[in-house]
Amino acid sequence: MGRYLRSLRRFWGTAAAGQMEYQLNLLIELVAMAGNLAGSLFVLSLFFRQGEGLGGWSWPAAQVVLGAYTVLDGLTSTLLRPNLSRIVTHVQEGTLDFVLLKPIDSQFWLSLRTVSPAGLPELAVGAGLMLWAAPQAGASLAPASLVLALVLLAAAAVILYALWFVLAATSIWFVKTWNATEVLRAALTAGRYPVSAYPPALRTLFTLVLPVAFLTTVPAEAILGRLHWHWGVASVLVAALALVVSRLFWRFALRFYTSASS
Amino acid sequence: MAARRRLWHGLRVARTLWATQYAYMLEYRAEIALWALSGVVPFIMLGVWSAAGTAAQASGFSQPELARYFLCAFVARQFSVVWVVWQFEEDALQGRLSPYLLQPLHPLWRYVASHQAEQATRLPFVLVIAALFFLLQPLAFALPGPGRALLGVLAVGLAFAINFLLQSLIAACCFWTERASALERLLYIPYLFLSGLVAPLESFPEPVRAWALRTPFPLMVAFPARLLSGDPFPTGPHALSIAGGFGAMALWIVLLVPLLVLVWRAGVRRYSAMGA
Repeated sequence: MGRYLRSLRRFWGTAAAGQMEYQLNLLIELVAMAGNLAGSLFVLSLFFRQGEGLGGWSWPAAQVVLGAYTVLDGLTSTLLRPNLSRIVTHVQEGTLDFVLLKPIDSQFWLSLRTVSPAGLPELAVGAGLMLWAAPQAGASLAPASLVLALVLLAAAAVILYALWFVLAATSIWFVKTWNATEVLRAALTAGRYPVSAYPPALRTLFTLVLPVAFLTTVPAEAILGRLHWHWGVASVLVAALALVVSRLFWRFALRFYTSASS
Repeated sequence: MAARRRLWHGLRVARTLWATQYAYMLEYRAEIALWALSGVVPFIMLGVWSAAGTAAQASGFSQPELARYFLCAFVARQFSVVWVVWQFEEDALQGRLSPYLLQPLHPLWRYVASHQAEQATRLPFVLVIAALFFLLQPLAFALPGPGRALLGVLAVGLAFAINFLLQSLIAACCFWTERASALERLLYIPYLFLSGLVAPLESFPEPVRAWALRTPFPLMVAFPARLLSGDPFPTGPHALSIAGGFGAMALWIVLLVPLLVLVWRAGVRRYSAMGA
């Protein structure tokens, strides 16, 4: 365990130092984040112009959901995209061999090798939006609900990670699956709105097939202090299951790995 | 005589380019299918808009009109997607650009041909998705009249042209900076929110709509989608009209072409091949 933590500190230290070389990129990320958030808030506000609300959610409560989405999007830019998008390249160029030979767990290495600090501001702004909008929606921000929200956001992050990782791992068979992760990314934008804002058929789809509901709606309800306990339990169970499945799937996929050019 | 020979020659070059690029794109059918699927955002937004009934009605949309609008927005986006900046960046970084620049053909024409070939490969997938959509939403089924359909196809083509010109302008920045695709992200944000891909323009507050209509973005999705849907254009101040839309498109193209030529020339003069 200690060895893994030490490796992680080295990994991220070097990655952050490397990223700081590209300050212009960092600036562009910041501007892009501000523009994205402003645009999302604008589109969200369009549903409240008539004063009816969105699937029973008030304007500040819907902003909490958008905040949770922003947090996860920031996490995607910080950790998931920089790492998992490389799996495809590793398979394509045969460098996965080197990863597998290292005396460290290959899933750990592939998932956490690098970090991109450019996504951190988005993470912070998303958390800020959640904390700012929740009291306006009438939440008391009791320590218990904050802790619960944090746990459920962590569960959401694990679910998101497992989805990406399994999809990226299919590159062992199909090599070029980069576009499949694009489909996932596009479908996950559904998490910008509370799941009750969708028609019943899509609501079922976003809960059972593509667990968007667990990603943003459930953590938002937790911080608002109105979460049914069975949703919280379900979210943690789904996260645990997703992690186990990603682990087993990676083991299974490796059995079919025959290295490039051989 | 010389003019005719040049035209003939140009046509032959174009045919060869299309044929080779189409054969190339057919190899990547599966990926292009996935790529077509990654344009699902209008369908997700249709879900939100149709569940939020009053917000859509206040913008003058009945439920079938709303469904048709978002389907047509999806189609318009499918055939005006541009990825020249990534291709160009890769070609510049890998040094493939140098031989292209030596050929007696402007490199951008090659990219135009490969985009068109990719759209041709995409066509069957888009038709399948549209057919599935109408199966799920039979009430929304309606085909535009032949006149409107033709105008719609023309508008999608022009939307592609504007999109291509804008992105090529950013791609030409590759001559100065290696990572022009980061700049493209900034262009994509106003496109996403103002083009009508996530919300019909009629739902915008009046001042925002007036302001959005001064940008090229609504011409890229909202305008061709309205034409394709066959539904009447809204009336009132700050509304798109058929003549106004085509006029604005022509204006943007007339503005962007010389700008691109100038930037490109300045860039080539500055270009000193990667890794050389």
